[in-house]
Amino acid sequence: MSNNTTYRTCPRSGLQFESQAEKLVIANAVAGVIFLLIGGILAIGIVLTRWPSVHWLEAATFYQVLTAHGLDMLVYWIIFFEIAVLYFCSSTLLRCRIATPKVAWLAFALMVIGSVMNNYAVYDGASSVMMTSYVPMMAAPSFYLGLILFAVGALIACFVFFGTLVVAKREKTYQGSVPLVTFGAITAAIIAVFTIASGAIILIPTWMQSMGWVEHVDPLIYRVIWWAFGHSSQQINVAAHISIWYLVAAVVFGAKPMSERVSRGAFLLYIVFLQLASAHHILSDPGMSVEWKVLNTSYFMYFAVLASMIHGLTIPGAMEVAQRAKGYNKGLFEWLRKAPWGNPSFSGVFISIIGFGFLGGISGVMMGTEQLNMIIHNTIYVPGHFHATVVIGTTLSFMALTYFLIPVLFKREIINPTLAKWQPYLFGLSMYFFCLVMMGAGTLGVSRRHWDMAFSGAALAYEWPGAAYLMMGLVGIAGIAAIAGGAIFIYLTVGSLLWGKRVAQTRISSEPTPIPVGAPSAAAQSYGSLGFAAPGTFVLAMIFLAAFVLYYFINWKYLSTLWGLS
Amino acid sequence: MSAILPPAERLWWKHPLDRVEGTWIAIAFVWCMIMFFMMIYWHMYGKQNLSTETYKTTSEQFAAKAQAVVDKYTVRVETDFQTPVVAPPPGSDVYMIARLWNFWPILELQQGQTYRLHLTSMDYNHGFSLQPANINIQVVPGYEHVVTVTPNQSGTYSVVCNEFCGIGHHTMVGRIYVKAEAGNVQ
Ligand code: HEM
Ligand SMILES: [Cu+2]
Ligand SMILES: [Cu+2]
Repeated sequence: MSNNTTYRTCPRSGLQFESQAEKLVIANAVAGVIFLLIGGILAIGIVLTRWPSVHWLEAATFYQVLTAHGLDMLVYWIIFFEIAVLYFCSSTLLRCRIATPKVAWLAFALMVIGSVMNNYAVYDGASSVMMTSYVPMMAAPSFYLGLILFAVGALIACFVFFGTLVVAKREKTYQGSVPLVTFGAITAAIIAVFTIASGAIILIPTWMQSMGWVEHVDPLIYRVIWWAFGHSSQQINVAAHISIWYLVAAVVFGAKPMSERVSRGAFLLYIVFLQLASAHHILSDPGMSVEWKVLNTSYFMYFAVLASMIHGLTIPGAMEVAQRAKGYNKGLFEWLRKAPWGNPSFSGVFISIIGFGFLGGISGVMMGTEQLNMIIHNTIYVPGHFHATVVIGTTLSFMALTYFLIPVLFKREIINPTLAKWQPYLFGLSMYFFCLVMMGAGTLGVSRRHWDMAFSGAALAYEWPGAAYLMMGLVGIAGIAAIAGGAIFIYLTVGSLLWGKRVAQTRISSEPTPIPVGAPSAAAQSYGSLGFAAPGTFVLAMIFLAAFVLYYFINWKYLSTLWGLS
Repeated sequence: MSAILPPAERLWWKHPLDRVEGTWIAIAFVWCMIMFFMMIYWHMYGKQNLSTETYKTTSEQFAAKAQAVVDKYTVRVETDFQTPVVAPPPGSDVYMIARLWNFWPILELQQGQTYRLHLTSMDYNHGFSLQPANINIQVVPGYEHVVTVTPNQSGTYSVVCNEFCGIGHHTMVGRIYVKAEAGNVQ
């Protein structure tokens, strides 16, 4: 049954790692961090060019660097790390061997070859088409082929994950239902299959066009299907980082979900109402009907937004319940004041939750509203929004998880705990500010993907207001601070892996130890339908709602002052 | 640590809700519905709804139609490139071509009047970003998008391209003049 493999039990966390799965998690996580490093170096070029008084790179270099930054960060860093999370949530949390390790290595190899090929195409110079590569603008064939190979690899990895779930079920390493965190990972993987299929449908013909085998890929159809890939993959990120929030809450506080039913139901909503989230990106396009836009942008009446609002409450709520059980019961917020703010796994996740909700969530819903989209479409508001979701939300959560994994998975102590303690604050809070000023500049109309806001060489230049220049200068300053925070993270992880003190290991066995069956705990039953277990979190949620409602209607007010359009 | 362990209770779906959760779900649900109906409400009562009137076109067809309007209503030329300034009568069809790297021609409209503005691209995707009003519309090659516009203020407006369209992207700026309504000089 469990042939030729061993199982290591981590003395610190009690987690059990199968040796093949362990190597695969490490390989994928390390590959991800390498791309984070590359993407971070590229970010220096971008911010120092968009900072008007610095305006560093040449136009051609800027667009090349921006293309590579988008791909390396959004695609390679995040997806490599996500594959590591999938293997962890299946093999490690379910305490079983990984299904078909050889196939998993094949998937890894395809992903590495694809990402290197695609990067090479961009650095070679003829593929500065932005990560969205809208046709009819054409990149080199190896640009698309690299992306396709990477996607195939990621798809295979998803199936290895599903296979591992089957192994655990069949070998009975757990009883009852899978843990909530694994359930979240399953959500992510299901969405990933849908997403990657959309990517293939549109990238394969585009690659064929670049080879000269196909005449014409329709530009509008390309946008619709590309975004079925591009946006749905953000839903993978959300499912993945929310799973990590639950995981960290469990590890740091021993928190249990307030209610399994609600949390799992919310994950299910993501799958059921994913639909054509790509519609968000086509709101200001010609061609699509109003009904199609309204229904799809609201992800079928905002049920997916509802899901995120639920997780946004239940995770801090679970922390609050756990803290109150430990006796931090004074007032509304003692549980929060007495939280382990010096533990980077906790602070990272908490900064991530708040930033994702307040900055990423509210702005995302605003810009995803059919008519309101017109006031921000293609402005720098858009990168402002998604750095809040994908950097503060996803990246910072992955960083927080990494701090937990360094001793547990990599068996090393963190080299500089003081620095680690401050890193999430530096990175997270400078990113808050970065996103805010980008959104500010975008509200004034400043374009994204734009080399020169002074329009040098244009026959009919436009003069942006001084406030726009000020905001873009602040984008530069905040961006550099965030990059410093990112550099510290890379230093801490790489440094710990190379020079960190080894964590002593004891138990290695050739058989998996199944998860013991837990007795229903007394606490789980005490908060029934009559309790009001997390009043502090509820107050936070009401503050969130007030900010949301206010900001939403301010934008309608702003819209109502514009030219009439019909 | 039950979020990373199988739920202790086998029948977890029968576990009762906490009131904090139940209340929040109800509030969030209502808010989501308000946001949903807001879009529909704006279609009925709001004045800013992007038209979806779209036709398939080719660059030759569109250029010919644009040229006809330019020939008929040009009032002067501007810039080193002799760009025509076109002042079509209120209510009429006006054309703006997006191409590497300019918007052509310059338009002169009247405040408070309505025009059918036809947009397309001759080559790549471009972005029609009207400043300082801040109205942003995607311009896609092969599709003629007819947007009905009613300028509500007079002044000089710029059209900035805000979709990446190659190395000259930052030089792609067009112009629309809006003349004040008679007796309403601002
Ligand atoms: C560490 C600090 C970072 C800084 C300072 C930074 C800065 C920027 C800036 C200024 C832009 C917009 C440029 C423009 O549109 O003209 C941008 C674009 C982008 N960034 Fe970042 N970024 C950072 C990290 C990340 C991370 C971690 C991710 C993803 C996980 C990411 C994903 C993207 C994407 C997808 C784009 C859009 C590229 C495009 O328009 O094609 N960035 N970045
Ligand atoms: Cu353009
Ligand atoms: Cu452009």
